[in-house]
Amino acid sequence: MIMAKPKPTEEIIREIKDFDNILVAGCNGCVAVCEAGGLKEVEILASALRMYFANQQKKIEIGEVSLTRQCDKEYLAELKDRIGAYDAVVSIACGAGVQFMAEMYSKMRVFPGVDTCFIGATEEKGVWTERCQACGTCILASTGGICPVARCSKRILNGPCGGSSNGKCEIDKEVPCGWQLIYERLKELGELKRFEEPTPAKDWSTSRDGGPRRLIKEVSQI
Amino acid sequence: MTYPSNIRIVKVPCTGRVAIIHLMKAIEKGADGVFVAGCMEGDCHFQAGNLRAKKRVTYVRELLQSIGMEPDRVAMYNLSSGEGPRFAEISREMTDKIRQLGPNPVRAQGARKAEAA
Repeated sequence: MIMAKPKPTEEIIREIKDFDNILVAGCNGCVAVCEAGGLKEVEILASALRMYFANQQKKIEIGEVSLTRQCDKEYLAELKDRIGAYDAVVSIACGAGVQFMAEMYSKMRVFPGVDTCFIGATEEKGVWTERCQACGTCILASTGGICPVARCSKRILNGPCGGSSNGKCEIDKEVPCGWQLIYERLKELGELKRFEEPTPAKDWSTSRDGGPRRLIKEVSQI
Repeated sequence: MTYPSNIRIVKVPCTGRVAIIHLMKAIEKGADGVFVAGCMEGDCHFQAGNLRAKKRVTYVRELLQSIGMEPDRVAMYNLSSGEGPRFAEISREMTDKIRQLGPNPVRAQGARKAEAA
């Protein structure tokens, strides 16, 4: 899922301090799972903002909503009858949700309330780690299900490099060496032969190097 | 064993039930201060409820600080259920601390009438 973390409240306040009617809009998708942008976080942020402005003796109306997803127009459309009552939105969805909100309600000022971080997984309650960089051409089949693009700091395709020491990456003693993990997994699977042939250069045109991406699935189109 | 009459007790099965929003709403609605009275650390009947509450209290204190409010309006205490006199002592301590901070500024600015304490 897409991981995000709340922006500092001070930063959000700076953006919205001149507005009188604010809608705090959450998303019940990925950002709800990583406890950054779901209904609970909407309630907490709205409460904090109300208290801040009351303290500043500023009258402000703060509405709360959390949509099933902000990255689908159908769910964003649920706001069409009520969004006119506000003069700004703080969206605590991921960057895609914030942009879709701004695109759909183009006359509305939309501010992000979270920093979108990465595509990751839940290691344990409250701990999430990066697992995918959406490079567009998955190579997990040849790397024992561990992605060197996401988990090697250098994103190298033939590792490990000289910076690997005792299974850790040179950038941080807490960061496992992605290629050490791959080696150990392939050893366990009896597939170490994979290391006998170097992996050819990857086609990065499907990644960000190819510019903003678009995905069309004709069978899904109406 | 008397404790200040201005304290309102909200009973929960375990302090692990106390969510961030409960503490925020208490202050937003006008309580001058809130303290969470959990079991002694290591003695939680539900294993770690009081430790979770402790983290949430810390989170709320930081959040209050970030919006310019006194973090000391929210606190966590640990005591066993058999320590009535200690509860009274904590209640007095918290009341004194809050009295020094003064009334909740949010309530002073005309927020809804206090519903929690």
